[in-house]
Amino acid sequence: MFLINCPYCGERDQQEFKAGGEAHIKRPKQPTELSDDEWAEYLFMRKNIKGVQFERWNHAHGCRKWFNMVRDTSNDEIKATYKMGEKPPAQ
Amino acid sequence: MTKNLRVKSSEYIDETNRISFKFNGKTYHGFKGDTLASALLANDVHLVGRSFKYHRPRGIMTSGSEEPNAIVQINPGTNRTEPNVRATEIEIYEGLEASSQNCWPSVEFDIGGINNFLSPFFPAGFYYKTFMWPASFWEKYEFFIRHSAGLGKSPTSSDPDIYDHRNVHCDVLVVGAGISGILAAKNAAKNNFKTLLVDEKNELGGSTIFENNEFNKIENKSPSEWLKKEIDELKSIRNLEIKTRTTVAAYHQYNYLLARENLTDHLETKDKTNKIRQQLLKIRAKKVILATGALERPLIFNNNDRPGIMLSSAIKKYSEFYGVACGSKNVFFTNNDSAYESALSLYNKGINVEAIIDIREQSESKIVKKVNEAGIKIYWSHSVVNTAGYKRLNSISVMKLSNDGTSVTGNKISISCDCLGVAGGWTPAVHLYTQSGSKLKFDEEKKVFLPNQNTSEQISVGSCSGDFKIDEIIKNLNQKLKDTLNIKLTDLDNIKVEVDQENSKRNIWLLPSDKPVGKTKPFVDYQNDATAKDIKLALREGFRSIEHVKRYTTTGMGTDQGKLGNMHALGIIADTAGVKMGELGTTTFRPPYTPLTFGTIVGRNVGKFFDIFRRTPMNDWHVENNAEFENVGQWKRAWYYPINGESMHQAVQRESKAARESAGILDASTLGKIDIQGSDASEFLNRVYTNAWSKLAVGKCRYGLMLNEDGMVYDDGVTTRLGENHYIMTTTTGGAANVLGKLEDYLQTEWPELDVYLTSVTDHYATASLCGPNSKKILKKIIPGLDLSDENFPHMSFKGANIENIQCRIMRISFTGEHSYEINVQASYGKDLWEKCMEAGKEFNITPYGTETMHLLRAEKGFIIVGQDTDGTMTPIDLQMDWIVSKKKYDFIGKRSLYRSDTMREDRKQLVGLLTDDPNTVLEEGAQIVSELDQSPVEMLGHVTSSYFSPNLNKSIALAVIKSGKDMMGKKLFVPMENKNINVTVSNPVFYDEKNQRLNA
Ligand SMILES: [Zn+2]
Repeated sequence: MFLINCPYCGERDQQEFKAGGEAHIKRPKQPTELSDDEWAEYLFMRKNIKGVQFERWNHAHGCRKWFNMVRDTSNDEIKATYKMGEKPPAQ
Repeated sequence: MTKNLRVKSSEYIDETNRISFKFNGKTYHGFKGDTLASALLANDVHLVGRSFKYHRPRGIMTSGSEEPNAIVQINPGTNRTEPNVRATEIEIYEGLEASSQNCWPSVEFDIGGINNFLSPFFPAGFYYKTFMWPASFWEKYEFFIRHSAGLGKSPTSSDPDIYDHRNVHCDVLVVGAGISGILAAKNAAKNNFKTLLVDEKNELGGSTIFENNEFNKIENKSPSEWLKKEIDELKSIRNLEIKTRTTVAAYHQYNYLLARENLTDHLETKDKTNKIRQQLLKIRAKKVILATGALERPLIFNNNDRPGIMLSSAIKKYSEFYGVACGSKNVFFTNNDSAYESALSLYNKGINVEAIIDIREQSESKIVKKVNEAGIKIYWSHSVVNTAGYKRLNSISVMKLSNDGTSVTGNKISISCDCLGVAGGWTPAVHLYTQSGSKLKFDEEKKVFLPNQNTSEQISVGSCSGDFKIDEIIKNLNQKLKDTLNIKLTDLDNIKVEVDQENSKRNIWLLPSDKPVGKTKPFVDYQNDATAKDIKLALREGFRSIEHVKRYTTTGMGTDQGKLGNMHALGIIADTAGVKMGELGTTTFRPPYTPLTFGTIVGRNVGKFFDIFRRTPMNDWHVENNAEFENVGQWKRAWYYPINGESMHQAVQRESKAARESAGILDASTLGKIDIQGSDASEFLNRVYTNAWSKLAVGKCRYGLMLNEDGMVYDDGVTTRLGENHYIMTTTTGGAANVLGKLEDYLQTEWPELDVYLTSVTDHYATASLCGPNSKKILKKIIPGLDLSDENFPHMSFKGANIENIQCRIMRISFTGEHSYEINVQASYGKDLWEKCMEAGKEFNITPYGTETMHLLRAEKGFIIVGQDTDGTMTPIDLQMDWIVSKKKYDFIGKRSLYRSDTMREDRKQLVGLLTDDPNTVLEEGAQIVSELDQSPVEMLGHVTSSYFSPNLNKSIALAVIKSGKDMMGKKLFVPMENKNINVTVSNPVFYDEKNQRLNA
């Protein structure tokens, strides 16, 4: 059970949070101008890295804010959390 | 005829408090402080169970939670019965009843014992190999197997006890209250760390508390005397909480640990009631100090499992702590000095120790000399090659070991004895350490796995970290405490310790016999009956990975997870395969460390708290009027209201007719409601719904369809514009929380520039939906001042109004196709509103209807229910709802996906109506639809999603999704059922009032 540092609330138990998949995938501004393949790339393709991964998390049973996390999926070490829109901290 | 083997009054046993208990139906006596095991041993009872596979008689082996054999059923036949309880852990109380498991008809005469003589047919992988045979074999053996196998019986009535969960936070958690744990906890607490010390036993002090080695001294006192003083001092330390009878079951990442605190298991039945039996502690610790100690290893030799063969350290504990001799003629078999302490313990109490068999060539330590002086015969370089005695050990055979330890030579010496203490060295208890994700390293010299790479804020101290001598323990503990707690001084700095302890050990994983391995039974896993022979067979059959060998032989797969024998299994594999143990790795130790009861796991979440349910403000009225309820998400919704013993069908037919003929009323409070405010609210709705919202006038309502980004329908509902920058959105009952979550996600992450605020107000409003041709008259009676004319209050519009002085929001919207109003009031007035409507509607025979009738009425109109007629693979186009998809809008969630090659396929499943050729035949929802009957296999074209008998049309109607269904209007298809084929015709999904004339009726 992780101990997650919500950038708005501080350290809370994992059960208050919901994971939201890979981070820093921006929704295309002009979807209609994309080919099927380009749209599929946005819609379906995720990296699922073994190692350091950037993820979205939601403090669902807390402040309800979305934020980003840097997590090593091989040992579940959480390296950092940061607010949406902020640059990921240097690793 | 039982003997009394009490040897002296121990300070931990209260001999003034005599307790009677029953074991296998027979009454015995023990004393307060006894475990079931110590009390049985005091009565000379060793035989307590039968092994799992061969049903060999088995006795008490240990004195703790690692016990593989003495697992019993507590209080059989009562609602408090519990299987798989270790006799070595349960404290006796007046009236306790226990019985052996795994034996039928009785432990003394066990039919499964025949397996023992058939054992050549039960090799490793027996179960895998045997039950691949014809299935009919299984049935023949089933009766026999069901009776003779299995681990205990689960209770058949509900558990009368209360269980609880508690969150605990501390700076330092110390696991294990032996000498290391006590000193660690004391120093942590004294340095202002909020400290929690837990131990599975009811007494603090671990094994040091009964330490009797006279050659070890701390501050010139015996270690046990010194430690008792330390324990006394703990009471006065602030910041320190101590929990005994508390077992840490799991150690998860981020120092999150689960511990089970046992509060009433040691109490008499009458004292157990209305108390919390067990408490699950959910501990989050800043730092964890593991002081979990070490487990003594047995030795692996031929027939090493007879009742009377025990761990040497257990014999010492029974003698020193419980004041019980485990036998009257004792022999020890060892590879190190530990057994000599046990031998002296018995000798000092005047109990006969016949001999010590030591596989080492010699030992020079003082304690060995002392045993020698006592006149106890020591057989150096000898090994036990066999044992005898079916239900109790009566003799052992001993032979000289060859120099390389792989064979035995010379004469076979027979020694008569009733108890054999085996000492194979010590295995650090690293189970919790590895559960935390930390990594072990094999120490080739000590032949143990030791903590190596910590992954969290933790240290291991004492014997679980490989320190076995008191001087090493204190010295290393002191340094580790200073490092991890960042403190300069401890009260361990100047402690004087004298030790004379030899750690010399000769390690032979599998001891030789005069017979070949194939003809012997050297048990490695007692509980699962896995022998060294099985492990060797697995290797011969090609298994290499330790995890595979474990599963194939079932070694380490019992409730004890093979705590005693795992190291030997690894050693035997390494020796046989010619690899180093360090390279082999270990099997994974999984939580829980010892089994947990289901009660502890679920805590208070039982009965009505198992899954929370939500009730609407009108709920009491529904109950009073005999509604049947259905679960929708967590909501309890009125399903139908049977009158005079009506069946569900009869009630629904009546309700449906009444709603169309005069007036009906539905509790719609459960619909999700999201309040949307902000200057960009309209733009936001444009982006999340498929249709356009900018031009919706204030006071108007609009139906919206929400897609996922993949173009599939996600939710639907009516949204009303309450003001320029203010909307109220309704969602499906089940989808409310997810819709809010999804909208928040887009707002926060994709469109943070939008000025929009979302608030869930589902619980804040109660909603009564009035429908039918007389609904207008009823509303007029309730709110006489409101102009209900079609000009002032047309379909799809909203009015704020007051019922007396209660504010309400009224939407003229319809899910039934009838002229309807949804009246929303503050939740606390919900029941008043409902009763007012009922009162006003009396003259029109207003009929309350439930969700079933609502479903039927909307199906007559061909309105979809998201989640029933859709399943996450339906686009609006598939649903024939092209009209709601804006062509003009540049973008909305899911728009681009509607133009993917897959979503544009013509042969997707599409929503259509289905009419049965026989109007009285009602299709089953979920039934498959085909176009051919005499073809096999036949293509499944689709399935029925909604199906009812319509009282208003007097025929059966259904909605279905069918491949290319849009082009099949009028086509004849078939619904094959188990006993018949139903002929159906594809139709328009709108069955009733296609022109929507009734909305304005
Ligand atoms: Zn938060």
